[in-house]
Amino acid sequence: MKKLWKGNEAVAESAIAAGCRCFFGYPITPQNEIPEYMSRRMKEVGGSFVQAESEVAAINMVYGAGGAGARAMTSSSSPGISLKQEGISYIAGARVPCVIVNMMRAGPGLGGIQPSQSDYFQATKGGGHGDYHMLVYAPSGVQEAADLTYKAFFKADEYRCPVMILGDGMLGQMCEAAQIPEFVDLEKLPKKEWAASGNNCGKQRIINSIYMSPDTLEAHNRELFDTYKQMEKDIEAELYKTDDAQTVIVAYGTVARIAKAAVDALREKGVKAGLIRPITLFPFPSGIIKKAAAEKHVRKFLTVELSMGQMVEDVRLAVDGLKPVEFFGRCGGNIMYPEDIVQRITGGKE
Amino acid sequence: MPDFTKPALLTDTPLHYCPGCTHGMVHRLIAEAVEEVGMLDSCVGIAPVGCAVFAYNYFKCDFLQAAHGRAPAVATGVKRATPDNLVFVYQGDGDLASIGMAETVHSATRGENITVIFINNGIYGMTGGQMAPTTLAGQKTTTCVSGRDVKEQGNPIRICELLATLDGPAFIARTSMHDVKNIRDTKAAIVKGFRMQKEKKGFSLIEILSTCPTNFHLSPKASLDYIRDEAVKFYPLGIFKDVDGKGGLK
Repeated sequence: MKKLWKGNEAVAESAIAAGCRCFFGYPITPQNEIPEYMSRRMKEVGGSFVQAESEVAAINMVYGAGGAGARAMTSSSSPGISLKQEGISYIAGARVPCVIVNMMRAGPGLGGIQPSQSDYFQATKGGGHGDYHMLVYAPSGVQEAADLTYKAFFKADEYRCPVMILGDGMLGQMCEAAQIPEFVDLEKLPKKEWAASGNNCGKQRIINSIYMSPDTLEAHNRELFDTYKQMEKDIEAELYKTDDAQTVIVAYGTVARIAKAAVDALREKGVKAGLIRPITLFPFPSGIIKKAAAEKHVRKFLTVELSMGQMVEDVRLAVDGLKPVEFFGRCGGNIMYPEDIVQRITGGKE
Repeated sequence: MPDFTKPALLTDTPLHYCPGCTHGMVHRLIAEAVEEVGMLDSCVGIAPVGCAVFAYNYFKCDFLQAAHGRAPAVATGVKRATPDNLVFVYQGDGDLASIGMAETVHSATRGENITVIFINNGIYGMTGGQMAPTTLAGQKTTTCVSGRDVKEQGNPIRICELLATLDGPAFIARTSMHDVKNIRDTKAAIVKGFRMQKEKKGFSLIEILSTCPTNFHLSPKASLDYIRDEAVKFYPLGIFKDVDGKGGLK
């Protein structure tokens, strides 16, 4: 049954539904409803909630719980996610499955508490030290946030890697009707033979990311990247009115909804616009964008973001010079209106 | 007197530690203690950054290797996910008392049901003998070559005394590895910490005064004498917190 859910709370409840029984958080706006909700809900489902002493500690608690085989999660917002980067690097290196939620706010530094998409580089390019990536999902509404959070736990276990839900303050704070996925039966989930869960029956399991021999470490890193290659089967993107589009907007998350309204407004004016909305940001739907770039009817791309231009670099790499790629962004916590995008595309000409 | 045999929890891997280093002996005491409290089949260790980063090579139980300073947070996660395991953390002084101070204090004040084995040798061993938060006043290291000047470099930290001010910890003790009697006390303290964890009494920490002959630039014997004659003066041995209230190490 659909209910009215706040984005942050839908993410939290969906994590519980997916079998998350260990949550470690630290207060930071605009994601506070996630730890608040978890502090109540974990008691009801027999799970564990810890308000950690810092984001640094919280992500390391996730490393411990995930490493011991539990479905574990932490959430934060931009400055807090920066603090977690060391831990995320260890988690990626040690191949510990977990889910990390970033409800982005504007930066750099302490920045502001209004929505932003300026952590795209950090989320998709590694963020911490070393060669690694996370699977990154970018929901654009509350229902999708619930669905992708749920899926994230399964993908984390499948690939033994951290999965990030990359939302923003708008998504975290908005209320929409949504249905939380069905509760998983924890007993039916596949056993994690690799997990350092204690009862090892004489076969030691080690969770670590230290490889002192360059050859061993290179082999380990190559294995990680083989996994990232496998993730390409999970690439998701929404195509909206792109069949005959001359201008293709590329936007993700909440901004894609603004862009969708702009596409409709442009179509009413007779401008053939369309939208590609990446749902996975890593791996990036380069193939889908490249295919669009090769279409005769497509004349140009406009990447729209709440940043000074981050995802636009991946769009340019995908388009590979076939068509012009332009950029339109707002930042600092400001949001564009659909009319702003329309204006950017028509140049004010009717 | 029982035969002297290898504890069941230890592997046959040769130790990589320097000659005279006390890590090997502490490893053995931990292995004996795990066996003594009957947790051989349900035990998870957390290895630190530093010389003991490869501790898991010497134990047969499951292990997680933590980032510098983060071992108590990792242990918290393990314990919350698997509360019936005996979870122990193995950390040095730079790891525990400097970069990981927040994790140390907060796992203690939460009364997190884990046992921290704290190796205090007053120096950063693996990185080559730099000043640690526990380096004694006047002690020479590679980052205070004329000896630690407390006016310039600050004072060493007494972790047991600091943590004993908190209500969370169940058992806090400081022991030493400098002679047989104290090694036996160390073993007894570790057993007590593990037993209290098994009885779900909460956080336990055993600080063990240890040697680093390589970076002390002393022989193994002279290093032990240094602990006996100098370190113990600043770091008094004993029990600083014991919710059992029985006193003593038994």
